[in-house]
Amino acid sequence: MNDIWAAVDAAARLVAGGDRHLFGIVLLSLKVSLSAVAIASLIGLPLGGALAVARFPGRRTLTVITNALMGLPPVVVGLGVYLLLSRAGPLGELGLLFTPEAMVVAQSILVLPIVTALTRQIAADAWTEYHDLLRSLGAGPLRAAATLLWDIRDSLLTVVLAGFGRAAAEVGAVMIVGGNIDGVTRVMTTAIALETSKGDLPLALGLGMILIGLVLVVNAAAYVLREAASRRHGSSAR
Amino acid sequence: MDMIGRRLAIAGVTLLAISAASLAGPASATAERFITVASTTSTENSGLFGYILPLFKARTGIDVRVVALGTGQALDVGRRGDADLVFVHDTAAELKFVAEGHGIGRREVMYNDFVLIGPQSDPAHVGGTADVVAALAAIRAATAPFVSRGDRSGTHAAELRLWHAAGIDIESQKGPWYRETGAGMGTTLNTASAMGAYLLADRGTWLAFGNRGDLRVLVEGDARLFNQYGVILVNPERHPHVKRADAQAFIDWLVSTDGQQAIASFRVAGEQAFFPDANAPKDQFHE
Amino acid sequence: MSDAQPLLPLRLLDVRYEVGGRRIVDGITLELEHGPRTVVLGPNGSGKSVLMRLCHGLLRPTSGELRFNGPQWLDGRRRHAMVFQRPVMLRRSALANVAYPLALAGVKRIEQRRIACEALERVGLLPFASQPARVLSGGEQQRLAIARAWALRPDLLFLDEPTANLDPSATQAIEAAIQTVHEAGTKIVLITHNLGQAHRLGDEVVFLSCGRVAERAPVERFLRSPASPEAAAFIRGEMPWT
Repeated sequence: MNDIWAAVDAAARLVAGGDRHLFGIVLLSLKVSLSAVAIASLIGLPLGGALAVARFPGRRTLTVITNALMGLPPVVVGLGVYLLLSRAGPLGELGLLFTPEAMVVAQSILVLPIVTALTRQIAADAWTEYHDLLRSLGAGPLRAAATLLWDIRDSLLTVVLAGFGRAAAEVGAVMIVGGNIDGVTRVMTTAIALETSKGDLPLALGLGMILIGLVLVVNAAAYVLREAASRRHGSSAR
Repeated sequence: MDMIGRRLAIAGVTLLAISAASLAGPASATAERFITVASTTSTENSGLFGYILPLFKARTGIDVRVVALGTGQALDVGRRGDADLVFVHDTAAELKFVAEGHGIGRREVMYNDFVLIGPQSDPAHVGGTADVVAALAAIRAATAPFVSRGDRSGTHAAELRLWHAAGIDIESQKGPWYRETGAGMGTTLNTASAMGAYLLADRGTWLAFGNRGDLRVLVEGDARLFNQYGVILVNPERHPHVKRADAQAFIDWLVSTDGQQAIASFRVAGEQAFFPDANAPKDQFHE
Repeated sequence: MSDAQPLLPLRLLDVRYEVGGRRIVDGITLELEHGPRTVVLGPNGSGKSVLMRLCHGLLRPTSGELRFNGPQWLDGRRRHAMVFQRPVMLRRSALANVAYPLALAGVKRIEQRRIACEALERVGLLPFASQPARVLSGGEQQRLAIARAWALRPDLLFLDEPTANLDPSATQAIEAAIQTVHEAGTKIVLITHNLGQAHRLGDEVVFLSCGRVAERAPVERFLRSPASPEAAAFIRGEMPWT
């Protein structure tokens, strides 16, 4: 119990004290994870929609693989990206290792299957309801998929938030490809890992509480947005 | 989609685009002058780098980016050319690194020592001796819990040398009493603290460690616990992109009077954690 | 409509639809002409809904031929439309729902608004134009579905049991809307279980049994004196229509 109180105290001091160092770490965490989610969503939302709506050979296999990739271990992705970006690796020339950009790449790879697979499932369910109507009204496959995705946007927002949660919470990938360099690639999760390894458990736990608070704020903001939009358009079918 | 939906979508996408773009901006500091050093958790966790690097930057304007890994991993990073320098504490591995052509211009920088740490209860009764090899033998005989780094780090290498000196083939002798974490010094200390086990640690990390539980230093001062740190420039002939000039500037500073003084003046909990020896004459402590 | 070939008549030639070994439509030869309001009747499982979907192009026949007299698409719009038993509303306003097929057909934004408002007015839903379509009642949504299907002025409108889930007053409103659409010149093909509705809204009856056309007759004659035994049994079993 003592440790937990000490943690709450540490967290409160950091936040109230407007610690600039902490602020930098929080900002970097947000930038990296939000960028990764943006990239993953830009690719994954349409991809998931296409998988749900289109008919092509190998669709079921692709669906199974996408679902399975949701369970990609972050440390394995980190290792893979490290080997790719290392100077000794194929993309070494880019000099991206141990930079925030490398972290975005790794997290995008982690989040993409989640966004794709969940979008696919939700879109496929909605498609059974919508597809007669959309075809009847004369929508071609691309237009129908777009209309479908827009109509299920509330659920897709939750999917994006799930992706963000995964990115913001992981430490294995960003640790390996970022190197946890102070002031350059240190994010909340790697900072927590560092403080834990230094034995400063209350501080680590305090940082953890701040991280959870951060994710809560992002989710709350999304909820408010969604409620406002929902009032305008009526409740979703699912 | 209608107007509000469109506006929200534009706002959302803009926000995310700004996030992504800002990463490519000055914050990622690719225009800044910097070198990358692959070093160990002991130098990072003790706080040494946090103390001396700003001094170097003030002097030269060069930012030193430290990737803190175990010695084995750090040398691997150097081999791949992903760092400009390695700064580790396993002399045998360092010499091999240079001999294989991965690095040049090795300099010794500083030393401290390892300590044998254990629980207050000290089941193997090793507290107070100065003979670490005998202590390890006693621990083995008592099959008292012992936690090892198990990660090719400098500390791990030292531990293995000591088992060897005790005449114990640890590979075949390890049983449930011997736990390998495969992790950094801090994590291993946490494990030992929770388990009430013995372990070998470097003094720098131990001094800065905050979760001691009932662990205390039980054996210290044995000459075999000597822990030498060395810095090596990653071979620019193998890896042309290495920032040779700036990296050499860092090495030169570390072994200069200024650098050595900075190292000596670093304190953890009031104690000196590292002892500069760049210009020490070679004696039985330096191979 | 324009000077392209008239869409109707629609000719079906020995159309069959089979799935999982079951013959749901078992050889239908039929001609649907412009003009009379056609009501499709039949017991459950007789293939009415599937037949309608085959005609509308939502399903493809296993064998046989389905031929319209003129092109199905004109100026980017489809010339026949359908209203389903359960209305599916897009998550947007009532007006936006009606405007959607117009947008698909490439109609200009201002025109979209004008046509959609007009369609809403014709079915009595103009006051709800800016409301989210999903908060409307079942009956209102179905009327909206009719307005939406009609927005592109199709030559032919299919309706699959549009009032099956509605109460009498909502049913009345739907029937009025269907009548409006008919009077504007669109051919109506309607599936219903409500014989009274068939009498009110239909001019002729196509009666299906076991995937085939068992009888076809003007509505008055069909209901008073059905020629086939299946039809007679059917009428006896349904709710009274007078």
